[in-house]
Amino acid sequence: MASETPYTCSVVVESTPSSIVGVCKWILAKLKDNDFSEDDIFAVHLALEEAFINAVKHGNKMDPAKEVKIDYSVGLDKVGISMTDQGNGFDPDSVPDPRYGENLYRTEGRGLLLIRSFMDVVEFNERGNSVHMVRYKAKPKQRCIPQIATDMTDRGNIKDCDSAT
Amino acid sequence: MAVIKPKINVKYTDNASIVTFTDERILEENDIRALQKSIMPVIEQARQINLILDFRNVRFLSSAVLGLLIRISKKVYEHDSRLRLCNINPKIYEIFKITRLTRIFDIYPDTDSAIESLSKAD
Repeated sequence: MASETPYTCSVVVESTPSSIVGVCKWILAKLKDNDFSEDDIFAVHLALEEAFINAVKHGNKMDPAKEVKIDYSVGLDKVGISMTDQGNGFDPDSVPDPRYGENLYRTEGRGLLLIRSFMDVVEFNERGNSVHMVRYKAKPKQRCIPQIATDMTDRGNIKDCDSAT
Repeated sequence: MAVIKPKINVKYTDNASIVTFTDERILEENDIRALQKSIMPVIEQARQINLILDFRNVRFLSSAVLGLLIRISKKVYEHDSRLRLCNINPKIYEIFKITRLTRIFDIYPDTDSAIESLSKAD
């Protein structure tokens, strides 16, 4: 049943790919309780999975002894998720855009693009080992694919669109 | 004894080998590795095959699956073969559009149109 007070929770899970399953189920169930659409649920699920695998694989270097901290808040009109790994961090601006040139044929490197495409806000801490993501139930007038990152201030937000093909 | 569900079904027609994914969700690295182990032999068993990947059962997949599809497409190319994807639901198709993989994969609404495209390519 939906509540006006956002449901917030903080969990720490071990750094193995399957550890996200339970957390995912709780968050998606809360989204459903709060009448988020199937599109919203799909989007948040995808972003969760991609962010978690990034934390496990790239952040914690697949070390099962390390942990990933997940903080989430599900309100009536938005969901916020922060994910923090124990790695050294990275520069999100250094990730090559997988949509262009030879990168299109790479077998990796699409997770961050998908997170930025499906979430309304995507922000990293200075170290780069923690990502904060928000998805709003009410959408901006136009949702489109993020441009290649050139402007630091609008990272992760909807901006001028690449025309989708 | 635990029943192990196969990750793919393979059907051979006159014109194509149709590989249908059986899982609704394809997420974990182990599952993706298992899929690769199952699908690559289908390509390797003959030169110049027409391979159709059928996503009718797939409701959710991670970006790692896209990497698998690229590896499959490279193998298909090495074997002078052809690849089609079909029955991709709208939410999954959006992932292909966002990543611009619609530019390198030939995607069809159903198996009939995918098979037909292979006949026309002959």
